[in-house]
Amino acid sequence: MASSPYFSLAVLFLAALAFGLTPLGLAWLWGKLFSPAKPNAIKNAIYECGLESKGDAWMQFHSAYYLYAIIFLIFDVEAVFLLPFAVAFTGLGAAACLAMLVFVLMLVEGLAWAWAKGALTWA
Amino acid sequence: MAVDDGLKIELGKQGIFVTTIEELYNWGRKSSIFPMQFGLACCAIEMIATTMARYDLARFGAEIFRPSPRQADLMIISGTVTKKMAPQVVRLYNQMAEPKYVIAMGACAISGGPFKQGYNVLKGIDRYIPVDVHIPGCPPRPEALIQAFMTLQKKIEGQHLTGAGRPRHLDAEAQGEFPVPVQGEHDLEPKSNPGVWSVPVVIR
Ligand code: SF4
Repeated sequence: MASSPYFSLAVLFLAALAFGLTPLGLAWLWGKLFSPAKPNAIKNAIYECGLESKGDAWMQFHSAYYLYAIIFLIFDVEAVFLLPFAVAFTGLGAAACLAMLVFVLMLVEGLAWAWAKGALTWA
Repeated sequence: MAVDDGLKIELGKQGIFVTTIEELYNWGRKSSIFPMQFGLACCAIEMIATTMARYDLARFGAEIFRPSPRQADLMIISGTVTKKMAPQVVRLYNQMAEPKYVIAMGACAISGGPFKQGYNVLKGIDRYIPVDVHIPGCPPRPEALIQAFMTLQKKIEGQHLTGAGRPRHLDAEAQGEFPVPVQGEHDLEPKSNPGVWSVPVVIR
């Protein structure tokens, strides 16, 4: 075993482990032996910036939020298309401008539809 | 057996260092004070300045401001403690791990300061929790906070591990729970923690 090329590595690994764990173990032992634990309800309470915690953290969020997310995403992506259009604007012909207008109007129509459906009202 | 100071210095010159467990233990404690990261008012700005490069609190081993009371052992009450805020401060103090120390920074934290006549400001945080070092000033300069740190370090250094005046975490008798005041009809209830502060008698 000692002839294995990894033997020295294993020894170093164990030494490194002991180097880290010994102080932790000593601190734990010191705490156990010398410092009396004084737990109480306030000390053990959940830490919430000093306020008393209220309710449960595992509450459910309304799924309606995903509609906002999708509408936001659509117009976010639209901005990406608008940018090259704006950059090349002066060199564009009437047909290209018309195509872009149709594209934007299509998205606006979608927004109007979502609005009419009541998707923009927080329920 | 303790070695007297003169002999210790003499041995040190020869390259021999002697120490005691107590000295080593307290040296470790005083050189790694973790303050809790919270400020209450204008004094907190000076506290922040103290931690920055110009004043460099790191020289005292106290630059690690912990965002949770579980990991902190020093509370710097830096600013005005309103009656609305006092219960939170006391609760945070309760939630800190032993041993815990408190520096009351500025006139407000000591006594209510410029707002002493106000209806909504606590007249000194030492009504509810034990304060180790008071620093006067409005606000105290960063040098004053550093002075407070050094005073606290001296205090920690001087604490024997046994007998009277030993650090709180080694003392089974030391008060563990500090009652959190609640908002009463006109004032906080109770008005003070009788274990740490007694109402002074006004002589007229
Ligand atoms: S002592 Fe002065 S500087 Fe400090 S919190 Fe009070 S008013 Fe502000």
